Amino acid sequence: MTPTARRTALLWVARHAPAIALALMFLGPLVFIALTALMTDRQALTSDLWPHTWNWGNFAEIFEKAPLLTWIRNTLLYSVLATAFMLVSSIPVAYALARFRFRGRRLAFLLVITMMMLPPQVVAVPIYLIWARFHLTGTLWPLILPMLLGDAFSIFLLRQFLVTIPREYSDAAKVDGCGEFRTLVRVVLPMARPAIAAVALFQFFYCWNDYYGPLLYAGTDLDNWTLSLGLAAFRSVHRVQWNLTMAATLLAMAPVIIVFFFAQKVFIEGVKLTGVK
Amino acid sequence: MRGNLRALLYLSPWLAGFAIFFVYPLVSTVYFSFQRYDLFTLEPVGLLNWEYFFKDQAAWTAIRNTLWLVVVMVPLRVLFGLGVAQLVTRIKAGAGVYRTIFYLPALVPLVAGTLGFVFLLNPGTGPVDAILSAAGLPAPDWFGDPAWSKWGLTLLGLWSVGDLMVIFMAALLDVPKQLYEAAAIDGANGWRQFTSITLPVIRPVLMFAFITGVIQTLQYFTQAEVAARVASGATDSAGSVFTPGYPDQSTLTFPQWLFQQGFRDYAMGYACVLALVLFAVAMVFTLILLRQFRFTEEES
Repeated sequence: MTPTARRTALLWVARHAPAIALALMFLGPLVFIALTALMTDRQALTSDLWPHTWNWGNFAEIFEKAPLLTWIRNTLLYSVLATAFMLVSSIPVAYALARFRFRGRRLAFLLVITMMMLPPQVVAVPIYLIWARFHLTGTLWPLILPMLLGDAFSIFLLRQFLVTIPREYSDAAKVDGCGEFRTLVRVVLPMARPAIAAVALFQFFYCWNDYYGPLLYAGTDLDNWTLSLGLAAFRSVHRVQWNLTMAATLLAMAPVIIVFFFAQKVFIEGVKLTGVK
Repeated sequence: MRGNLRALLYLSPWLAGFAIFFVYPLVSTVYFSFQRYDLFTLEPVGLLNWEYFFKDQAAWTAIRNTLWLVVVMVPLRVLFGLGVAQLVTRIKAGAGVYRTIFYLPALVPLVAGTLGFVFLLNPGTGPVDAILSAAGLPAPDWFGDPAWSKWGLTLLGLWSVGDLMVIFMAALLDVPKQLYEAAAIDGANGWRQFTSITLPVIRPVLMFAFITGVIQTLQYFTQAEVAARVASGATDSAGSVFTPGYPDQSTLTFPQWLFQQGFRDYAMGYACVLALVLFAVAMVFTLILLRQFRFTEEES
């Protein structure tokens, strides 16, 4: 290496050192989980970091230890249905809040924000009693069905995006004889695709990761559990070893991380919307 | 008039949801707070639940713990998120890669992340304490020591700071470049530019992040519950009942106590008292937030 080249390389490292160190700290826990997932039971309980033998069989073994497939199926059912219901009910609400002029418009928007900020535990008792009356406690339906009546966070986010679409587009559609509903479907929705994709992903991930909801409603029957619920009880219920617990942990993270790599832009733009004041 | 009807039609799903899942339960919670109810018998008890609240040691421990998280974890997350955002916006090549890496942990399911951290910070199995000792720093038994368990949760919170980072990055990139150029001509150094230009311009975003952080922390449940469950080694078999807060009620948060009272001990009337206390505190911060929204509403 010539002295100048070496100097450039050193400068590059110096400039990037804080970012690289930070990146290692952010990735460290994920790498640690992955490495532990591949260890033997005995080695997982030591402070060794590198697996002596690579036990890929751990990933097969977790499926024998617990009804993971059932939990994955339940989690998917919850996530997919809740997301679909949320979109159908929330888009028209967000559109009305963003576009229509009506009495109480500002109040309605403020109430949406209030609902979004309300800790779910505040109203948990009476809502639980409603579902108990319909004999739906012990299932995931109390988490899915309310999505037919809109989700405050999604309404908020969609509304924030819809107000940025210039009115001229929908006005032009109306001049061409489109009704309000057709304008929404044909003109506004295609333009709002990034925001719709973002709220759909957020909702899906929220459900996929949700622990509090299933803990409250899924009951004690393992066949109704979700992946998060099963994972938290993995060690206690099945007395499963740490290496297998980490393998299951990795399994729960994997879909989220994979989807993120494909839909990164959608995510980042969506998160930015949440920060708009 | 036709406009109002049309709005009503579009808003109807949400209006129904608002009535069923907000107004009704809130009124009902007030009613139940004056009753003793265990899913079978309902008995009016006047102010008994409310009086019990003031004597309930665990409730006050939970309040103190939640307050600790609000006062320590929330500001640390905002500061750290701002620091990371500042770092990434200054990187010229490869900023996208760094942003991806820093955002990734924010997506990791809470249960999975918490499990990983309990194992990572466990002195016997993870490398963190070995590194700390090598550096001559104290190496605590994080989730096994009441003095350190909330710091363990704070580290977990800092790890998943990605959402704040993204919001702050957007705010930092929106600061007009001319301001920095003008300040540089006047001879202001980096720190000076940060305090007299960056901070004032992004102040509303910081406020927003702080207040939403407080409201999220008032709901803090999953990480504390899972960490305590795993660290305590509790089993769900008969004779070994899991009580949240391990070690020594140090991670017992207010929503956890509410959940425990309402849905494990079925003291539903008393749980409603706790719910109303939580509601009152959350509303204070929500109102502060709504004031911020009002302004920007008037501009549009």
